[in-house]
Amino acid sequence: MTEQTLYLVMGAVSIVVAGLTTAIGAFGAALGESRIGSAAMDALARQPDEEAAITRNLFVTLAMVESTAIFCLVIALILLFANPYTAGLTA
Amino acid sequence: MDTVNVFGDPIVGRLGPLPVTQATLTALAVSALVVLAAAVLRRAVLRRPGSLLATVADFAVQFPEQIVTDIVGRHVPWLSVIAGSLFYFLAACSVAGQLPQVRTPTSNLGITSALAVLVFLAVPVAGIRARGLWGYLRHYVSPSPLMLPLELMSEISRTFALSVRLFGNMLSGYLIVALLVALVGVFIPTPLMALDLLIGLLQAYIFTILSVVYIGAALRVQEKS
Repeated sequence: MTEQTLYLVMGAVSIVVAGLTTAIGAFGAALGESRIGSAAMDALARQPDEEAAITRNLFVTLAMVESTAIFCLVIALILLFANPYTAGLTA
Repeated sequence: MDTVNVFGDPIVGRLGPLPVTQATLTALAVSALVVLAAAVLRRAVLRRPGSLLATVADFAVQFPEQIVTDIVGRHVPWLSVIAGSLFYFLAACSVAGQLPQVRTPTSNLGITSALAVLVFLAVPVAGIRARGLWGYLRHYVSPSPLMLPLELMSEISRTFALSVRLFGNMLSGYLIVALLVALVGVFIPTPLMALDLLIGLLQAYIFTILSVVYIGAALRVQEKS
């Protein structure tokens, strides 16, 4: 296998894995966020006067759960744009 | 793909041995604007109390104080200053990112890491000031010395998470808008830019809240004993 072929295979694998990383990461975060949202709606229905505190904690928790999906996105972006193994392709 | 610069940061000039990049320049300009706005508000409070600007200044000071009081449980003036500086800088950064030709400085991993390291260093400073060096170090081994590696790992990983969370959110907004501009044209990405602005303000708020939680936890060691 020549060096150029190796780079091409690495590039193709990186693209597929980047897509899978984002897909699986978004899947988990979406499930978690839906549970947070439903729990917050429940709490709001029970105690409407605690709206300010519930909404603030809702947003903070949502963003913290979302950060796992964001980590997956950053890994996918590293695979696509800053991949050390396919640096030879563009050079 | 050549025009979208994901991880790199173009160097625009040199200051002696120090390269000055685009993100540095934008961040400095945003800081200068925030300081200028603060000076204008201060002048309004001193000269014309009761005017609209003075009310805005009042709200701007009360907002971080309220965050700190809610989380720590008491009034901590210097922590309010840190929280306010972080929030207004990050919010101004994400607003500045909506201007044409300006890229959000927080979509640069270096700048978000610098802010997270600032919080990482503020935690032991706050802990040592509140409880003394020995008292602060003892909380690492407080239930049992087995907790020491876990505590150290959590300090490092939460700093890393703080920086990468902000970076990823801001960069994803920038990339979505850039992709849509490249694909369909000029006016279609407007709703997504509004969403990007909302996410930027939310992430500024979350960065502030988490920083206050981390520093406040080091302060609260004092009250437990």
